[in-house]
Amino acid sequence: MSRYFTPDHEWIEIEGETGTVGISDYAQSQLGDITFVELAQADTDLSKGDAACVVESVKAASDVYAPVSGKVTQANEGLEDQPELVNGDAQGAGWLFRLAIADAGELESLMDQTAYDAYVAGL
Amino acid sequence: MNDNAPPETQDSDAEAEDPAVAPDKLALDSWHRQNGARMVEFAGYMMPVQYEGIIAEHLWTREHAGLFDVSHMGQLAISGEGAAQALETLLPGDISELKPGRVRYSLLLDETGGILDDLLVTATPDGYSLVVNGATKWDDIAHLREHLPDEITINHLADDGLLALQGPEAAVALGRLGIVPQSDGESAVGALKFMQAGAYLWSDIRLGISRTGYTGEDGFEISVSNQHIEALANALVQQPEVKPVGLGARDSLRLEAGLPLYGHDLTDQTDPVSAGLAFAVSKARRIEGGFPGAERIVGLLNEGTPGKRVGLMLEGRMAAREGAPVLSGDVQVGLVTSGGFSPSLQRPIAMAYVDTGQAEIGTALSIEVRGKRLEAVVSAMPFVPHRYHRQGAS
Repeated sequence: MSRYFTPDHEWIEIEGETGTVGISDYAQSQLGDITFVELAQADTDLSKGDAACVVESVKAASDVYAPVSGKVTQANEGLEDQPELVNGDAQGAGWLFRLAIADAGELESLMDQTAYDAYVAGL
Repeated sequence: MNDNAPPETQDSDAEAEDPAVAPDKLALDSWHRQNGARMVEFAGYMMPVQYEGIIAEHLWTREHAGLFDVSHMGQLAISGEGAAQALETLLPGDISELKPGRVRYSLLLDETGGILDDLLVTATPDGYSLVVNGATKWDDIAHLREHLPDEITINHLADDGLLALQGPEAAVALGRLGIVPQSDGESAVGALKFMQAGAYLWSDIRLGISRTGYTGEDGFEISVSNQHIEALANALVQQPEVKPVGLGARDSLRLEAGLPLYGHDLTDQTDPVSAGLAFAVSKARRIEGGFPGAERIVGLLNEGTPGKRVGLMLEGRMAAREGAPVLSGDVQVGLVTSGGFSPSLQRPIAMAYVDTGQAEIGTALSIEVRGKRLEAVVSAMPFVPHRYHRQGAS
């Protein structure tokens, strides 16, 4: 299993052909209290960079983009009642959606944990 | 991930500022950072948006007391022979009837009755003090200089900061500091009622304190020199009732309190009557006139306005924010001017201008957000009851 990050602070964890997507712990700390998640729609075909779902904090609504192209297979429906899971466990139980990866080659443009940590440290 | 928030979260209040100019630092800049604040640019300053989290800070203020640094706001002293009459040519309030130690909410109006700013006017022994919005203060000063006669002095108190201590335990916390009136015979700070003010001393440090605020709670706004503001902030947060609270919770608190935010719920395109601020147009002034846009405003008072500022309570958890269209059936009848999640009510709320025919409490409307229709009901404001320490209360 390996995890990659985007410059927009999404993460994607790869397991075979499936990727699980969420926002980074840094992103949740910047957004503050998450009050609502507009879930991704299953069966939607997304191109890398397409808006997949929306997380709302007290102050703002923010798009979450597909880190790579693929078809949405599942959304984390537990977030409907517990959006605060994104704050409590952004890189675990607060995952947002899963997708069937269309082109694994796109992962090469993403950052690994070390590169992402350095990226965040420079912000 | 990216912010697609409406302008209100993206420093539109700084829009009058030149983007090439670096934001100013508050006197408490490093104090905020030491206290864990996340700083954002707002109204030309780096300001604390939150410390531990907006919801926690919001609820703390409703239950205990929050300390807000609002030093970005403009503090102006107006003095000179005939200052009251001169101010009355620009404001629709009965300034000449305001007794020393009394505070009044008022509006700076343009010649058509559009709102240039909302502000608090306090009568002092020497004249009047005005507290105006941070984002508009330079325009306000220019407007006052242009329109007030030369014999009236306008002093921008740029060396003074402003702290707001808000919440049901604010009076208890402030009462422990040993603050005394500057002159004998003046009332103790705890004896101030809502919309009263006075001059006080904290050891030898001069404070201007008013029982006012922007949260709907009891509380105080304290003017203090930048030189001493850190000592005062420290003394206040050392009280067990008090925690620092950022701009994020200030916005959610004022929204629950039904209080409009200039630049969003009020603009120069808004008149006081549509905005639900007719109370700021004193009865005597309605008859006398003599303030900017008087004829139009009196006409609107008599004949009604095409639209009104209303509160909207939303179903579900998805929030409607500034700019979202309000619909009745498929017909657009208004526009949201501010909105967000209410930490106290645990649901989204909003303010909007809607056609007067749709403005009655209980009217079922919908709001369009990202292609979805959210159900909303016109609701009385404040959404959360005010708990001011009013005249007549013990």
